[in-house]
Order: sequence, then C-alpha cells, then structure tokens
Amino acid sequence: MTERYLRLSGLEPFVLTPDIPFVNIGERTNVTGSARFRKLIVNRDYAAALDVARDQVENGAQVIDVNMDEGLIDSKQAMIEFLNLIASEPDIARVPIMIDSSKWEVIEAGLQCVQGKPVVNSISLKEGEEAFRHHAGLCMGYGAAVVVMAFDEAGQADTFERKTEICARAYRILVDEMGFPPEDIIFDPNVFAVATGIEDHDNYGVDFIEATRWIRQNLPHAHVSGGVSNLSFSFRGNEPVREAMHAVFLYHAIKAGMDMGIVNAGQLAVYDQIDPELREACEDVVLNRQPKAGGTATENLLDIADRFKGGKREEKVRDLAWRDWPVEKRLEHALVNGITEFIEEDTEAARGAAERPLHVIEGPLMAGMNVVGDLFGAGKMFLPQVVKSARVMKQAVAVLLPYMEEEKRLSGGDGRQSAGKVLMATVKGDVHDIGKNIVGVVLACNNYEIVDLGVMVPPQKILQVAREENVDIIGLSGLITPSLDEMVHLASEMEREGFDIPLLIGGATTSKVHTAVKIAPRYTRGQAVYVTDTSRAVGVVGALLSPTQKEQYVSGIQADYAEVAEKHERGERAKQRVPLAAARANALKLDWDAYAPQAPSFTGTQVVEDWDLAEIARYIDWTPFFHTWEMRGVYPKILDDEKQGEAARALFADAQDMLNRIIDERWFTPRAVVGFWPANAVGDDIHLFSGADRTETLATFHTLRQQTAKRGDRRNLALSDFVAPEGKGADHIGGFVVTAGPEEIEIAERLDKANDNYGAILVKALADRIAEAMAEMLHERVRREFWGYAAEEAFDPQQLIGEPYDGIRPAAGYPAQPDHTEKRTLFQLLDAEEATGVRLTESMAMWPGSSVSGLYIGHPDSYYFGVGKVERDQVEDYARRKGIDVEEAERWLAPVLNYVPGSVSNRSAA
Amino acid sequence: MLNFSLPDSPVLATLRALAAERILVLDGAMGTMIQTLNMTEEDFTGNGHIHGPGCRHHYDAEHPQQGNNDLLVLTQPQAVEDIQFEFAMAGADILETNTFSATTIAQADYGMEAAVHDLNVAGAQVARRAADRATAQDGRPRFVAGAVGPTNRTASISPDVNDPGYRAVTFDELRIAYGQQIDGLIEGGADLILIETIFDTLNAKAAIFAAHESFARAGRRLPIMISGTITDASGRTLSGQTPTAFWHSVAHARPFSVGLNCALGAAAMRPHMAEIATVATTHTCAYPNAGLPNAFGAYDESPDQTAAQVAEFARDGIVNVVGGCCGTTPDHIRAIADAVAPFAPRKVPA
Repeated sequence: MTERYLRLSGLEPFVLTPDIPFVNIGERTNVTGSARFRKLIVNRDYAAALDVARDQVENGAQVIDVNMDEGLIDSKQAMIEFLNLIASEPDIARVPIMIDSSKWEVIEAGLQCVQGKPVVNSISLKEGEEAFRHHAGLCMGYGAAVVVMAFDEAGQADTFERKTEICARAYRILVDEMGFPPEDIIFDPNVFAVATGIEDHDNYGVDFIEATRWIRQNLPHAHVSGGVSNLSFSFRGNEPVREAMHAVFLYHAIKAGMDMGIVNAGQLAVYDQIDPELREACEDVVLNRQPKAGGTATENLLDIADRFKGGKREEKVRDLAWRDWPVEKRLEHALVNGITEFIEEDTEAARGAAERPLHVIEGPLMAGMNVVGDLFGAGKMFLPQVVKSARVMKQAVAVLLPYMEEEKRLSGGDGRQSAGKVLMATVKGDVHDIGKNIVGVVLACNNYEIVDLGVMVPPQKILQVAREENVDIIGLSGLITPSLDEMVHLASEMEREGFDIPLLIGGATTSKVHTAVKIAPRYTRGQAVYVTDTSRAVGVVGALLSPTQKEQYVSGIQADYAEVAEKHERGERAKQRVPLAAARANALKLDWDAYAPQAPSFTGTQVVEDWDLAEIARYIDWTPFFHTWEMRGVYPKILDDEKQGEAARALFADAQDMLNRIIDERWFTPRAVVGFWPANAVGDDIHLFSGADRTETLATFHTLRQQTAKRGDRRNLALSDFVAPEGKGADHIGGFVVTAGPEEIEIAERLDKANDNYGAILVKALADRIAEAMAEMLHERVRREFWGYAAEEAFDPQQLIGEPYDGIRPAAGYPAQPDHTEKRTLFQLLDAEEATGVRLTESMAMWPGSSVSGLYIGHPDSYYFGVGKVERDQVEDYARRKGIDVEEAERWLAPVLNYVPGSVSNRSAA
Repeated sequence: MLNFSLPDSPVLATLRALAAERILVLDGAMGTMIQTLNMTEEDFTGNGHIHGPGCRHHYDAEHPQQGNNDLLVLTQPQAVEDIQFEFAMAGADILETNTFSATTIAQADYGMEAAVHDLNVAGAQVARRAADRATAQDGRPRFVAGAVGPTNRTASISPDVNDPGYRAVTFDELRIAYGQQIDGLIEGGADLILIETIFDTLNAKAAIFAAHESFARAGRRLPIMISGTITDASGRTLSGQTPTAFWHSVAHARPFSVGLNCALGAAAMRPHMAEIATVATTHTCAYPNAGLPNAFGAYDESPDQTAAQVAEFARDGIVNVVGGCCGTTPDHIRAIADAVAPFAPRKVPA
C-alpha cells in the first residue's frame, strides 16, 4: 500500500497501479485538439462543452485534459469558468483533471479551481532552470502531478539522445534537489509527425519509443505520456489510417513503458483488427523500417492510404490514359499526383509551345500548383503529397532554368534574377516547421529566394536579418497557440522599426480572424496577410510582389479584413438584447384596417403533379450553382469573367448537357403539395382554423421575435406581424413542399461507382437547383392562380430571382424562423410525406435533400428578415407556447441562443 | 514564496516519538464548554474592552458579538484558558486554539476583520498558557495546535444552484486570509497547525498553500494536522469527495496526521476512518462528535458511550490520535483517553 504509485483524484481517487497498462487521457475538451470543442468554447456554449466532457468520461477516459489555449478568447477566464462548471457535475468531476496550457498563468488559475489532485500539462526546461524550479515548486504547493516536456533552452528534443538527456536532467532537479515525488512525474518525450515526406522525420517514432524505454528503466517511478495524434498529423482527413497509425504506435510504445497518453477514447483502432497490409505499412512508418516490397515506408503508406479512407475501395489501376491529354493537363496531372516520370519530357513540350520559358512556369506549372493548393485546402491531399508535387515542380523548373539563363544572357542580363526574397521563420517559442518548410520548397520552386531562419527565432533576429538581407517579404509560421501572441508582437515591432514589407502569417493555429483583428491593425505601414495553407503561398507572394497587382490585392485584403474584424466585433457586441416584452412592444404594426386580405381559391391541400422539367429549368437561378463549385460571381456575368470565365463556361456546358438529359430522359419525378388555411395572428403565434367561421383551431405556427436593440423606427419583427391579428381581417396563410424527387441519390451513387464523382456532384447540384426552381415556379402560380392575389403579375423567370413580387415564402430553419421543428406542423397539415414522398429526418432535415418547404404569407409589406439571437425569456415563453420543455426548445434553437443554457450568468433582465 | 527545504520544527520529532509509543489525545469541544457559561453580549465584548496584543478593537451596534466565540481570547482569556486547562488535565496531549473562525472571511459576519491578527496571536498565547500550566502540574508535555477552520464559504461549490459556475470566494482570497491567520498562530506560539472540519477540499488546499507560505516566512516547518468532514451517509465530503480522494488531494501537505472530525458520531464515522487508515501514509486522527445532535441541538452521548466507540477505533488499529468534536466535554476526553490507553497506536506505513 505504500508503493510509489501515481495517485490522483477528482471526486474519486485514481491510482496508476501496474495492472493498468495505459491511462487514457481524454482530449476532446482541448480546444487545440478538437475543432468542435473550440467552437463551443468560443461561442460560450458551456452546456454543450460539458456534454463533451461527460461523453469522454462515459467513454472511459480516466483523466480529462482541459486546454483553453485559443488566441481569440481569454484562456485564463475560460479555464476558470469551465473548471468551475465541471466541479458542479459529479459525473464529470469524478475523474482527475489534466490542466493543459502553454501559459503558466492559465495553469495556475486552473490549479486554483480544482479540489482534487490534478496533473499539470506541462512544465519544461524551455525557459531555463529557474522558471522550471519555480513552476515545479508551485505544483508541489498546489498538490499536482506534472507532465514534464522534453524541452530545454535549446529547443524541443527530437532524437533519443536529446530526449533522454533532458528528462534525466529534469528528474535530477525535481527529485534530488527539490524533493518532488518521482511518482508524480510524467515525462512527455514529444510525439512528432512521421511520414511527412521529410527524411529527417522518419525516425521520430523510434526515437520516442526508445526514449520511453530508457526513461522507465533509468528514472525510477516516473511515467511516460504523449500526445498521440501528432504522430499522424500528415494524414489528417484520413481517419482510418490515422487510427491505425495510433494503434500501431501505442502497441509498441506501451510495450516500451509508455503508460499514459492523450488519445480520443472513443476512436482508436484495435491493433489486431487492422488490415494486415495497412498494419504492416503503419509499422514500417512508425518503426522506420524498410518495406519488404521496396520503396520508402512513407511512400508505401501513402500509396495504400487512400484505399483505407472511409472503408474498402477498389484499388486504382495504373492508368496511363492521361498521357494522351494536352500538355497543360499532363503537367497538372503530374503535379497533383507527384509523378516525375514524364516531367522533363512534358516540360520540354510545353517550352516548345511557349513564347518564353518563364511562361511555362507562370502558365501551366503555376496552374497545376494552384490545383494542388485547392486540393490540399479541401483536405483532399496530404502534406507528403504536396511535398511530392513540389518535387515535380522543382524538376520542371530545373529543365527550364538553363533556357531562362540563356535568355537573360542574350538580353544582356546577368543570369537568373530571383522573383523576390522571402524570409521564413517559425516564431520564438515554437518548433513546428513542416508547413514553413513546404512553403519554402514551393516558393523556391517558383523562383523565389528563401532565407529560412529555422525555428524558435526571436523577433530581433527576424528583423535584423530582414534588414541585412533586404528581403521583400517576411513569412511567419507557428502551430501552437502562444505563437499567435509572438506574431502580434513581431507586427508591432515591424511597425515601430519602420518596416513596410508584407508580413505573411501561416500555421495551424493562425486564422484570418486573428490576423484581421489582432495582427494587421498593429502593422499599418505594411500589410499582414493570412495564408490559408502552404501551397497557396505562391499566389499570395506573387500578388504582393507584383507591381501591377499589389495595390489591388492589398486593398482587397484590407476590405476583407475590415469586414472580418467588423463581423467579429459585431459578434462580440451581439450580446445586447432587449427583454421579450420590450421587443413585443416594438412589434411591427401594419395598418390592417386599410388592408383587405384576399381569400385563396381553395382551402385545404392540393397535390401538384403536372410538372414539366423543361419549364422548371427556365426558373433555375444559376448563381448559387456556381457558388456550390466555389466559383464566386453572378450568373451570367461569370461566364465572361476574365479569370474564371473559361472554367465557368466549361462547367455550365457540362451542366446544360446533363440538364438536357435530365429533361429528355425524365431522370426526376418532381412532386409538390400546396395548402391554404384561414389564419390569424395571436401574439407571436399564427393560428390556423378548420373552417371559415374561425372557431376551431386546426394548428398553430409559432414564430420567434427579434430581440436586438433597435434604433429609430426599426421594429422587432416576428413572422406573425405579417398576418392579420384576430378580429382584424379574414387572413390566410399557405404552405408547400416541393421535391425534385429521390432519384438524384441513386443516380449520384451510380456515377460515383463509375469513378465519375464530378458527375455525381453535378447531378446533386442540379437536383438542388431544380427543387429551388420549383419553389419559385410554384410560388408564382400561388400568387397568380391558387391564392390569386396577384392574378395580373407577369415577370419573366429570371426577373423573379430579384423577388419583385408581393408576399414571401419563409422556410423553417432559415433566418426568419430558425426552429426546424415547425416543419413538423407543416408536414402534418400537408400530409406531405404521403403527397410527395419527402420525409423529415430526426434532425428535421428533408429527405431527399433536393426538397424545399415553407409557408406562404401574402401581405404586400411582408419581407424576409433574420430573427438573430434570442434570450432566455423568449425561449421559455416559446417552449410554453409550443408545449415542449425549455431544454428541448434550447436544443433546437441552440444556434440562435444568446445565452448558455443551464446557467443564469446573464441575469440582466432580473 | 514556497520553500520545501525548510528545517522541520523540533516539535515534529517529539510528536513522532510520542505517537510511536501511544495513541495521542486531542482535546474536546470548546464551543460546547463556552455554551455552558451562558455568556451575555457584555461578556463577549468585555464591556467594550477588546484589547489585543496589537491594539484595541472597536465593534459597532450593527454587529452584536454574542456568539463570536473566537473573540473571547481577547475579552475573556481566562475563561478560555481554564477550559483548555481542564481538557489538558483530563488527558489531552494536544490543545486546540480557540481560533476556528479567526479569519477575515469568517469574522466579516461580526465586523471584526481588523482583529484577526490579534485573535490568532492571543488565541495561541492563551492555549500556550493552559498547556504550560498543565505541564507544570503533571510534567507531561502538551502541544498547542493552531486551529484553522473552513470559513463560511466554499471555493469549489456555488452557493447559487442556478449558477453553478459562480464562486463566493476564490482560492487566492482564502489563501491570503489563511496566511494571515497562520502567521498570527505561529507568532502566538502554536506548535502545529490543524486544518479542520474540511467540507470543501479546495478551501483546505488554500490553507495548505498558505501554511507553506507562512512557514517560509517563519523559517521553519510546523507539523500540519489535516481533518476532513464526511457530512452524511453518502460517505463523501460536502464537496463530493470520497475519503481516499480527499487524502490524495491533501497528501502533498505531508501532514503529521490526516483524519476526520465533526458531523458524525464515532459509530457513523468508523467506516470512513477505516478507509483513510488503509490509504494514508501518515498518522491518522479521529475526533467525532458526541453522537448526533438532538432536537435542541445538544449532544446526548455520555462520556462512556463515546469513549466505548472510540476505543473500537483504537482496538482495530486505525487511529494514532483521538479526541472529540461537538458535544465532547473534559469528561468525554478523560473517558476517551482512558479507553484508548490499553491499545497500541496504528502502525504508520513506511
């Protein structure tokens, strides 16, 4: 009973005894590890955040890691608030907490909130022995076990030698000098990404495993932990492969003595159940072995990774059909697929066709790299593939270089001019450089001269070198949260020292919002630009250094950032809401005495079946179709757009071809149902009556009222404001459901199977457009015929897009009525499932997806608006009116709640 | 600043030696004894003469002092000393100072925050005099334990059920208040620090942190006794911890003893005390109430009844220190001391 075991506690004790092979630390409550959790915390949705913590504990996490290191929030305050809330939830608080932050002040704030014995994650020798002793002493004072990172003044340990040397030194200070209980020490010898395509990284798995073995043998009672998900960073997006890599890594690391780890308790492959081929490929990568079949372990895993993404798929056969494509397409194909085999030949061919060798780089090669950038941005390519693409690019440039120099010589120049000089650095305190290195490779391929200062570069050094080397651009990279502050600091320093060159910001924790809100305003002499991902850097640098494009590009960035910053600011300010009673007092009062509502031609429902697909096609609004394909612009102008016109025309032609087939071959069976009922507004509700005498209520639509503080004569709207109140007129409302039919799903599946995912996406995009067009068409028919309040209306279909007509068709789940459950009432009234085949899923989505539903409101002054965020008083009132629990209402209205359900922290109304 | 390489107070070695030989005895309920004196408002305020070692203290009409037991070390020091002397002569080795609520946080109810330093210095001095008087009479050593109570606020529980994230007191506020109290107790001559009646472990952790800071200021480490309170049949502290979880949370204090007091009588306390005895790698200490309070808030167990149950703790080898909490008089302590005398102390795991 007196063995030196790690003993922790929440409300209940936890002892790491030898019969526990591995302690699972939940990481879902880590804003840096979970995008979902980060979103919940940034939105202050603590109720949902607590559910995440609860799920983890229920899934078997024995310790939960809480990390609030997010640049846009007050991490310390968030840590305090969340830990305090956890303390009130016995089913969460029963397990010990791991207080995780890179900022000591956040850790200390957390230590002051937990009654149990927590684990501090982490301390290290990074800032020297004095700070290390200070932090360790405080851990002793607060009573916490501690994770010690293998990190010292010289940086993060990557090799076996460095890892063991640093851990031994830390152990000596803690145990021998300070009397720190050795069983309370957990070493983290740094799990780094393997299979990144960079050879230096290949042995990282082995270094960790062997360091673990050494620590357990030489540093008595101490434990070993690590953040496992780092390992597979380069395969993000391919969960099955990541899970397999994690399982394989843990299998070996646990055997070596790793007894704790940050892993997602719910998602971990079982070592034995991994496909043997995948398992062996993972083992080759983790253990840095030569694959039996030859090649490198990374390439081998990469080759097979796709097959395991989302289950089994047929292996792609080696297909050389692309060799018959035009040279531009061949170059693109080679770049995207990292094929070097034909690159010299293809580059030669392209050079022969181009006026100048440089045009090959600026033309097809750049275009190919942009495709790579897009795919990478969309998560469809992995880092090593991008590196391979860069390699292809480099080989192509090598072919062109002698010709370019010859050209320079003939024109009297002095050899090759670089396109510009770019300084790259990972900021002080950060060691992550994969992304930066790739940017360096890619930029170098594009004829930029790179000055790479490496990692953990102090700001003074960056500025000094920038001045000495007379660089054109500074690029900063960082992956961990504190790097954000470093970047802000560097921007201020650049301003202070009179720099005006562009500052590029990139790396995993950086964001456009952070750059716009925190960095760009500090550097007004020059422009700070956020670069979404590594391979997009070429375009950004090109624009920033181009004498012709720069001005326009920068002003575009500035306008964009101003908007982003304003939106962020608005979001922050959005907390101001008026009480429901005040909002109601400021409701829209239409002049009902001056309005005589017209009765529809029928009441009750009617199925509409006589749809002509060719007629529907005339009503299609094509602009959203292009947005689906991430092409920004307005139809038909987009077809003549200088840049994307060609692609838009090609896409439009494909769409027209398919649309014609849809029409000719009757691919879809469109259906619709429409209904009208006598209705009057009662408060914020709309009552529907069975008969014209308006005595028996048939159903009630509930609406939500804006609670934003309005200025001047702006009103707090609810949809019920557009319907005549009881006693103010015999008003009606209508409702509808339209669908393009369920066929799109099957057709898309068939195309997908035939490896035509382009066609699969196209057919779905067209089905969506057809459903929307049907809604437009049916609405017109309602106004002119079924309801008939605008019998003389005569707009052509393309004019209708601008909504020039009277009346609206608001849909549940959209801004004017954010509550999707109102669809239930509509579907019952219309008997919509029977009439159209459209079903509501349990989350109130319509199946098939290419369906549209909504209400019809006829008043000429009605218009679309957004309810915006609502307060607790309205939600309580709304729940009462709907006859549901407040909790249920809060669940459905979660996106528009202006408070954290379950707490009463904003009691402004009291 | 914290310092974990301070020399231990010589008291620790003495205590350890004694505890190796026999079960040590802690005193009984000061509050119960003060109640029997039926003191009036005038008695509590000493007719307005509240003088402390530091200065004279004022109170105002808005804050009646009747019931502010801790104030008596300044206004009725002799009465307090006499009670402690009685406990000592009944067989108590360790006398608690009458300072359970002598923090700025707890004294705020009486408007006496400014007197906190004096209350603790005087509280320790009064107990010291009682201890020395007893030692002078029978030659047995006595120890003064500076009593540090939980305060009337909780650092890990919200007082507002509708706002679970709210806290009426922070760790730092507690740490500062406890630090002031412990400094006063050390200055007044306390031999050890007793953090007791812990219903929220986070409060206790603040007290432990504060004690380390006070020790650093004093240049020596006093022995710490830690005593939690299991509030009801759930077998948990008010803040929800099991006895073992509680021990894990306070073990970093490296206390001379850990155990339980108050809320329960000995019989109800037994299983929880047994659990602590199994896991604690230090001495254990139990000082239960004299049963549960009756309808009038008084405790009915006779000295023999209480002593018989405490004797079972001793027989089963789960205690090193015993005493009494609410309702225990010098007669109870005498009976307890006699009852545990035949039994060997619990063996502390190495």
